[in-house]
Amino acid sequence: MKPAPQTPLLQVRELRVSYAARYRGRTVRLRALDNVSFDLAGGHTLGVVGESGSGKSTLARALLRLTAVEAGRIHFRGNDLLALRGTALQRMRAHLQMIFQDGISALDPRQRIGNILAEPLQIFRPQWSDAQRLASVLAMLERVGLEAQHLQRFPHQFSGGQAQRIGIARALIVAPDLIVCDEPLSSLDVSIKAQITDLLQRLQRELRLSLLFIAHDLPAVQLLCDRVLVLYLGRVMEIAARAALFQTPQHPYTRALLQAIPIPDPQRARARPVPIIGDIPSSLSPPSGCVFRTRCPHAIERCTREIPALRRIGDSEVACHRAGEI
Amino acid sequence: MSQIMSQTLLQIRDLSIVYPGARANVAALCDLSLEVAAGECLGLVGESGSGKTALLLAILGLLPRSAQVRGSICYRGRELLGLEARQFNDIRGTRIAMVFQDSMSALNPYMRVIDQLSEVPRVHGGLSRRAAEQRALDMIEAVHIGEPRRRARQYPHELSGGMRQRVMIAMALIGEPDVVLADEPTTALDVTVQAQILSLLQEMRGRTGAALVLVTHDLGVVAQLADRVGVMRAGQLLEQARCAQLFSHPQHPYTQALLRAVPRMDAYP
Repeated sequence: MKPAPQTPLLQVRELRVSYAARYRGRTVRLRALDNVSFDLAGGHTLGVVGESGSGKSTLARALLRLTAVEAGRIHFRGNDLLALRGTALQRMRAHLQMIFQDGISALDPRQRIGNILAEPLQIFRPQWSDAQRLASVLAMLERVGLEAQHLQRFPHQFSGGQAQRIGIARALIVAPDLIVCDEPLSSLDVSIKAQITDLLQRLQRELRLSLLFIAHDLPAVQLLCDRVLVLYLGRVMEIAARAALFQTPQHPYTRALLQAIPIPDPQRARARPVPIIGDIPSSLSPPSGCVFRTRCPHAIERCTREIPALRRIGDSEVACHRAGEI
Repeated sequence: MSQIMSQTLLQIRDLSIVYPGARANVAALCDLSLEVAAGECLGLVGESGSGKTALLLAILGLLPRSAQVRGSICYRGRELLGLEARQFNDIRGTRIAMVFQDSMSALNPYMRVIDQLSEVPRVHGGLSRRAAEQRALDMIEAVHIGEPRRRARQYPHELSGGMRQRVMIAMALIGEPDVVLADEPTTALDVTVQAQILSLLQEMRGRTGAALVLVTHDLGVVAQLADRVGVMRAGQLLEQARCAQLFSHPQHPYTQALLRAVPRMDAYP
């Protein structure tokens, strides 16, 4: 277990993000994230999980200032991230990088890999000589398991796994304090997924990386994350340390997510019931009270009236009226 | 039971598929042989490029014209390779049906759900419009789509991914085929929805008795449904075994490696 530092690297408080949308002929606010709060300590990895439509990617975009935040605070390295403008924001981006889901399309198809990796250095290390930049690029290529001969190639000449390695190198090359990874494994084949997971684990050890790791692949989250945040329809359902989340999940939604993971064991796979029925509701007309209640096997009348606040149950923080008794 | 199980529906012998390329020809399948028995679920596992999809397309006669195909695909003793497009119409959809991965692009975006579904019994079954629509509605209910009458009148984009996949399964089953081919039917879905769709496939197998060829890269999906499993790589079938056998005693080094590559979630039941 890593020691917890005094002030967290990233502090998010009561974050709310809305999009304008058309609904039944009117323009309405679609609340993509509501009242989301969490801390991320330096050197740690926070997993963010939930189904499509739960707000995971909106969270990534808000943290990178790629989408407007309606309310709340984001403190990063002691700065109010939402107050930054212009060059101050530009400078901050060197400390805040992203790894994308689709490795190939995240790379400029007309740039050679050498240029793709050197460009962040030209922007954020303008004082460096070309030789210094090249040395840094070569060292980074080696770190992610690629070779000097790859420098002259174009993105389409790489496999999905290799492209993801390049994406990781591109994010790491400016030595950022935080890397937001938006489903970096989900477009990869199983064996490649295992290789990239290994690479991320090694980099976590070697570079003491801080990652916000968005995934719907819970086994990968279990391998890579210190803490896990469970989102549903833009709201936090549960936050817990990895061991607590996977061994004693408190929220019925967390339990359903865990029970839904396919397991490569015919006997156990067939003995399990279907965990929850139906789909995530539309964020245009979210359920009253607890947003999960329409799919929750434990919902009671109170869940339709009152939005549950996060509270401590066991080793988790849980937003559920019935947590602890179910 | 054992008699039904032993009846071979599909017999594939030494099937090879080559796609001619500008610089070199690409072999998608090499001398692949396998059988599908009535009522069974055969899982085919492999990574991208292993030839899984080429195999399904070959069975349905949907390979591009340029593909060079050798070998034999027999359905109930009838050779499918070399059939004319018109002859294939007696088989596709009614004897052998397909569930595609991407429901958004496999369904016609301009047609309401009920019109797409009732097309099969109208064209192949010769039912009247009214009877075909009733049959479609029954099918929508059978695959557990909530508010079936309202959903039937909607277009594909108005449905969730899980519902669209249910529509695809309904569409595959409405012609009462005895073989259903499913190409990564749950890959695009969230795990919670995937669990529901797998359970539906299992339920529909029990109801209709159709054989299911389930192509997937996910060993967890295969573990849940398959009676037998084939492992494919680079156009070849490396190993075939009963499902329990494959997971407990994988023989081929590649199968062993694939199983090792799946992270184990042993903490929670």
